Amino acid sequence: MADDVLFEFLHMEMVSHIYKEQASRGEMDKDRATCVSALEGMGFRVGQGLIERFTKDSPSFKDDLDIMKFICKDFWINVFRKQIDNLRTNHQGTYVLQDNKFSLLTQLSSGKQYLEEAPKYLAYSCGLVRGALSNLGMDCVVTAEVSPMPS
Amino acid sequence: HLKDDQSTHDTSKLNLILFTLTYGALVTQLCKDYENDEEVNKQLDKMGYNIGVRLIEDFLARSSVGRCQDFRETADVIAKVAFKMYLGITPSVTNWSPAGDEFSLILESNPLVDFVELPDNHSTLVYSNLLCGVLRGALEMVQMAVDVKFAQDSLRGDNVTEIRMKFIKRIEENLPAGDE
Repeated sequence: MADDVLFEFLHMEMVSHIYKEQASRGEMDKDRATCVSALEGMGFRVGQGLIERFTKDSPSFKDDLDIMKFICKDFWINVFRKQIDNLRTNHQGTYVLQDNKFSLLTQLSSGKQYLEEAPKYLAYSCGLVRGALSNLGMDCVVTAEVSPMPS
Repeated sequence: HLKDDQSTHDTSKLNLILFTLTYGALVTQLCKDYENDEEVNKQLDKMGYNIGVRLIEDFLARSSVGRCQDFRETADVIAKVAFKMYLGITPSVTNWSPAGDEFSLILESNPLVDFVELPDNHSTLVYSNLLCGVLRGALEMVQMAVDVKFAQDSLRGDNVTEIRMKFIKRIEENLPAGDE
């Protein structure tokens, strides 16, 4: 079943819609922040909902690292169709998850000028992860960066 | 179908759940942004259209279905291949008009509306209207102008969900300018 594609198409269209609508009302700077927070907020509630359904029958996690491994494997595979490529931590509460081929960005061209646009396509996903972690008992801040692959 | 051997969770339907939850969040957001249901319905249709015109390529690539000979074949492909592929359900095709230009898709269950209830002040919201736009956009890309709308909606109290599709006309393919 090609169900993962539907989500990707819907996500693209949602981002496009939110930005188009905001562009037709008011100043640009204020709008960008509103768009990002609208998308992030949507992602947050969906992330919570996903975790409710995903983990209701399974045993609880033993610690934060266990939760992060779950996010990097099971969660990422089901939402973004692959595992996280690299997980790093400073063992003081910061985790860096690296995805070398993020499924929601693959439709964007890889030229440098599109890097500026990438945050639009990451807001929802940041919310998803924040919502998921919130329902797993971890309150956190989730941010995302995109960098070009070394050539 | 479990992709990760170490996983003890049932992952088979999770991606469809992701789609339906995301869709729910979108509808909620649109209801906040627009003043009335009619406007939300319109936006859903427009967004569906934008998705449909791109989804058709994905569909044709995955399904290797050839060009349909007539509207009846189109109906079957939509119900048995497309709906099955993307939403995991197979609606039945019924209620053909005598002229063969109109039919209904009957969905016993609508995956988009799992866990959804319409609040009282949204009685004219066509929650799944995105689907109409998707069908319309996708078919336009294969040269068919169609009209698509919900005739029955389980969210609004009907027993089933019924999508009515009407063939309007064949769209001429545009040849590139300067073609000899």
